[in-house]
Amino acid sequence: MRKTHPVVKGLALLTVWFLYLPLLGVAVCSFNTAKDGWVWKGFTFDWYVKLFDNDWILNAAWNTLVLGLVSTVIATVIGTVLAVGINRFPWGRKTNSFLNTMLNIPVVIPDIVMAGSLVVVFGILREVSSIFDMGMVDMIIGHVTFQIAFVALVVRSRLTLIGQDVEEAARDLFASNWYLMRKVMLPLMMPGIVAGAMLAFTLSLDDFVISFFLSGPDSQTLPLYIYASVRRGVTPQIHALSTLVVLVTVVLVVGAQFLSKKEEA
Amino acid sequence: MEKKRILWRGELTTQRSLSIRGLFCLSSGISWLMFFLMLPGLLFVAVSFATRGDHGELVWQFSLESYERLMGFSLFGWTPDYLLILWRSVEVAFITTLIAVLLSYPLSFFIASRPAKSRYMWLTLVIVPFWTNMVIRTYAWFYLLSPDLPLAKLACALGFIPEGTPLYPNVFAVYLGMVTVFLPFVVLPLYSSVERLDWSLVEAAQDLYSSRMRVFMQAILPQTAPGLAVGIILTFVPAMATFVVPDLLGGAKYMLVGNLIQQQFGASRDWPFGAAVSLGLMILTMISLQIYSRKGKEIEIV
Repeated sequence: MRKTHPVVKGLALLTVWFLYLPLLGVAVCSFNTAKDGWVWKGFTFDWYVKLFDNDWILNAAWNTLVLGLVSTVIATVIGTVLAVGINRFPWGRKTNSFLNTMLNIPVVIPDIVMAGSLVVVFGILREVSSIFDMGMVDMIIGHVTFQIAFVALVVRSRLTLIGQDVEEAARDLFASNWYLMRKVMLPLMMPGIVAGAMLAFTLSLDDFVISFFLSGPDSQTLPLYIYASVRRGVTPQIHALSTLVVLVTVVLVVGAQFLSKKEEA
Repeated sequence: MEKKRILWRGELTTQRSLSIRGLFCLSSGISWLMFFLMLPGLLFVAVSFATRGDHGELVWQFSLESYERLMGFSLFGWTPDYLLILWRSVEVAFITTLIAVLLSYPLSFFIASRPAKSRYMWLTLVIVPFWTNMVIRTYAWFYLLSPDLPLAKLACALGFIPEGTPLYPNVFAVYLGMVTVFLPFVVLPLYSSVERLDWSLVEAAQDLYSSRMRVFMQAILPQTAPGLAVGIILTFVPAMATFVVPDLLGGAKYMLVGNLIQQQFGASRDWPFGAAVSLGLMILTMISLQIYSRKGKEIEIV
C-alpha cells in the first residue's frame, strides 16, 4: 500500500462528496414534513406512504418494470445467439470487421440521434400498422436495439475467455451439436449471459432520452414521470420516489458486483 | 462441387455446413440491427434532405433547406445562431471533460491506495452514480442550489444573483450538473490504468530529482494514457449530445445541440431539420472518435 499525499486525499474526498451531496440532499428532503421550500420542519415517512396511493406513480413503476424486463429478455436471447455466431465460426476478415462495426455503432452513437431516427421510422411504419403508435412497443424496440450490442459484447468476451479446448474435448467424446451447446457451452457461458442481462436491465432503467422520444400517453415510465414533475415544480413525493429509485440502483449494482466477485473466487 | 471436409474446433465438417449454422446464429441479431439501427440511420439521412409540410408532416421533395438553415442562411439573411449552438456544445463538452479529468486523477490514485478490502467499497461509491438515472442526478442539484442554502447565499453576497432566487438556471449550474453526471465515466477507466501503474518508474524519476510536474508528465501520464483516453471519449461524446442537464439546469437561454434536436422532434415537429442537426452532431462525434483512434495508436507505440 502506498501513502497518498494529503492534498490528493483531500481532493479525492471532496470529489466523492461532490458526487453524493445532491443525492443526499434529495434523501433528506424526502423525510422532511415541509410541503414546499427547503427548510427542515420535522421527520416523516408520509411521502413514502403516499407514493403507494398515487395511481400515476404505480402505473409508471409498472411500465418501467415491463419495459425493462421484456426488453432485457429479448435482447439477452438475441445478443447471446449473436455473440455465439460471431465468436464460434470461421468468418473472414471482412465479415469480422463488419460485425465489429455493427456491435460498436450502438455503443458510440449519441442516444438522441438514435431516438430521432427511430421516431422517423416508427412515424412511417405507423402508416402500415397501428402497432407502431407511440408507446410501449416502440419503446421496447428502441431499448432492445441498444441493449443487444452490450449483451453481445459481454457474452463474446466470456466466449473468448472460455477458449476452444473444452469444445474440442466434447467433440472428441462424440458430443452432438445440440448436446455441446446445451450441456457444455451454455453452463460455461452463463456468468457472461447473466452479467449481460443485468447490464441490459440497468441500461433500460437508466435510459431517459429514448423513452422520452418514443413514449405515448399510456406508457409513462418512472424517469419520464420524475422529469415531467420536476419541470412543474419539485415536491417531497418526487424526492421520496427518486430516493427509492436510487436505492434500487444501489441494490442492483452491489448485487452485480457481488456476483462477479464470487465468480472470480 | 466437391465437398471438402475440414476440421473446426474438433468437429469434422464442411465449410458449407459451418457457414449455414453460422449465418443462422447471426441472422436474428444482424437483421434486428439492420432493421432498427442501420435502416433508420439511412432513412434519417434521406429525411434531412426532405421538406417539412405545413403541418409538420414529411414531404418527400429534395431540398437543401435544412442544411442551409443549420448553416445560418434564412430568408432574413445570415445568422450564426445554430452554428453557435453546435460550437457551444463542443465547448461545454470540452470543459466538462477537462474538469472531470482534473478531478479524476486524485480520486483514482486515492482509491488505488486504499487497502484491498475497502477499495471495493470506494469503487462501488463511484459505480453507483454511474448507474443512477441521469434525470434524478441532475434535478438533485435543485436542492443544493436553492435560495436558502449557502451556495446561493454566497453567489448573492458576491452580487451574481438577486436575493431569494435559486442558483439555477445558469451556466454555472449546467457545469455542476455535467461534471457530476460524467465524472464516473472518467474515474472508472482511469482507475483501471492507475491500479496497474508501475511505481518503480515513478520512484526512478523521483530518485533522479525530477520535479513533481515532470514525474507526472513523464512517469505517470504515459502509463495512464490508455485509461485516460477511454475516459475522455466516454465523456466527450455523450456530453456533446446531452439534453437533460442543460434542459433542467440551463434554462431556455442556454441551449445545446441536444435541446435543439429534441425541439425538432417535440414542439416544433420539424423532422428534416432535426435530422440535419443530428447528422451535424454525428459528424462532430465521428471527428472526435477519429482523433481518439489516431491518438490511441500513438499511445500504443509509446
